[in-house]
Amino acid sequence: MSVTEGPTKTGGKGEKGPPGSLKELVEKSREVPDLLKKPKEKQLWKSVFRHKLDGSPRNRSLAVLTNVFLHLHPARINRDAVKYAFTWGMGGITFLLFVNLTLTGIFLMFYYHPSKGQAFMDILYLTHDVPFGNLLRNMHRWAAHAMVLTVWLHMFRVFLTGSYKKPREFNWVVGIILLVLTLLLSFTGYLLPDDQLGFWAVTVGTNMARATPLLGHEGPFGAELGFTAFNDVRFALLGGSIVDANALLRAYVWHCIAIPVIATVFMIVHFWRIRKDGGISGPAGVVLPREVKGWLPKDKR
Amino acid sequence: MILADPMFADGAQLWEIVSLPDNIPIVILLVLVPFYTWYALRQAKQNDKLIDELQVLDAKEAKTKHRKVQSHQKGWDEQVHVWPYLLRIEFLVALIVTVILIVWSIVLDAPLEEPANPNLTMNPSKAPWYFLGLQEMLVYFDPWIAGVVMPSLIVFGLIIVPYCDVNPLGNGYYTWKQRKFSIGTFSFGFLGLWCVMIIIGVFIRGPGWMWFWPGEFWDHHRIDNETFRHLPELLGFTQKESPISTALVGLIVLGGFVAVTSALFHRFFTKAKPEAYAKMNIIQYATVQFFVITMISLPVKMVLWHMFKIKYVLQLPWFNI
Repeated sequence: MSVTEGPTKTGGKGEKGPPGSLKELVEKSREVPDLLKKPKEKQLWKSVFRHKLDGSPRNRSLAVLTNVFLHLHPARINRDAVKYAFTWGMGGITFLLFVNLTLTGIFLMFYYHPSKGQAFMDILYLTHDVPFGNLLRNMHRWAAHAMVLTVWLHMFRVFLTGSYKKPREFNWVVGIILLVLTLLLSFTGYLLPDDQLGFWAVTVGTNMARATPLLGHEGPFGAELGFTAFNDVRFALLGGSIVDANALLRAYVWHCIAIPVIATVFMIVHFWRIRKDGGISGPAGVVLPREVKGWLPKDKR
Repeated sequence: MILADPMFADGAQLWEIVSLPDNIPIVILLVLVPFYTWYALRQAKQNDKLIDELQVLDAKEAKTKHRKVQSHQKGWDEQVHVWPYLLRIEFLVALIVTVILIVWSIVLDAPLEEPANPNLTMNPSKAPWYFLGLQEMLVYFDPWIAGVVMPSLIVFGLIIVPYCDVNPLGNGYYTWKQRKFSIGTFSFGFLGLWCVMIIIGVFIRGPGWMWFWPGEFWDHHRIDNETFRHLPELLGFTQKESPISTALVGLIVLGGFVAVTSALFHRFFTKAKPEAYAKMNIIQYATVQFFVITMISLPVKMVLWHMFKIKYVLQLPWFNI
């Protein structure tokens, strides 16, 4: 290889040294200011953002469609569908609270042992010593209560707007399952501080399971079928005949792993089906009885 | 006046219940549920007005009229971009909810009682507020009904709603006129039974799950001397002496209740909702009838309990209702 190759003259600024030489390296480093200019046209930026960010219709659509977190949304929706008066935003808030609870819950799990005696000490530790521990616990508690509220209000709204009607029947069913799961999440979490409040609430709650017809030892026909306090459905829930260490562990596993996983699966279905069933139900234009075929009785047709 | 009673002299007891951190959500519920009910009814009224206006027009004219209560102008696109028009709302709502949650968590501490102690019963021992409807139901029915059968029926009853509501109207908009029966039934269950039972459980039940009016001092030494009797007993049959007649009386009364309410419901429904009745198949109709009667049986049992001091209607060797 010849050292004179290339468009450079010998000596002076902008002159490239021989390949691999220090001079060439210094010359390359002079390109840095140029490289930092117009970052949006560079490979790094383009690899992250696949489209321009201006307000053109195409880019507004791509902003939603090329983002994994946003792509559950369509690119465009009905103008009226963003009306707060119609949706009350309760479904979205419920999901936000679920995310919030997952995050605060993960933090809480770092400080919590699901064992009798230790559990209560952990709560005291969280409340008094862990930085922001009390805030964390409070937030988890109040978000849980708020979630129960928003789930109810969401159901109320969906009912009042008739949004469970064709073709969204099955999504209503999924929603009811999610409602039950929300209540179960809340209930299993109640025992975890291992204090008097949780202990007695769960005792009262699970005592009812004793009375389950057929499956509980105090329920109708339970004893006749051979159920006792040591093999009935309440025993299965508590892992024992009283609310004790096993019940705490079971509540912990249900609360932190099993029910959230199940709820997540149902949520995926719930959100997916909103899209597949044609998006949000309204606000739709009103329909008159006479416009529905076969709805009015024969004599009034 | 009960409020002149020294027991009610100050609102200390009521304040104690209302200000309990764990009860804050129910206080919020007391505000939010009426607010959103009003909010929905207001929009239902607007839509109903629009329906009335459309109905007097002839079919052709009605078709061309704007069908929504939302304002609409010529030249507006029917659709808007999710980015930014929906996402900015979602972002704003997320921000507001998070701020509320942080403030709430700074101001109020989550409750923590003493360590769990199986030897020291809490009195009253209350479940979290959202389950107090079920706990209140335990007063009127045995645990197998109140704690197991009723909750299952509530869940199952909610699940079957879309499969039993044959009314094609009111899909995607608020209305009262077009869905009186379904909205009435649902509101009766959600507002009239579920929410009211929770309010009773939170604000009225005190030690020993006894009835204390809101504000009344929770006297832990109070003893209710009311004696409850069973319906067959009032008619002269006791389970001890004549179990078969007692069971029969119960079965007749309960069967009579079901028969009468079914007949009344049938009369009402076929008169008020002939279109729906014509469209429903027998399974849909029977299911609706079953759930309506089951729902009614709760307030009926409450009246029997509070006004006539009746505990059981039906007494069988295996269970009582």
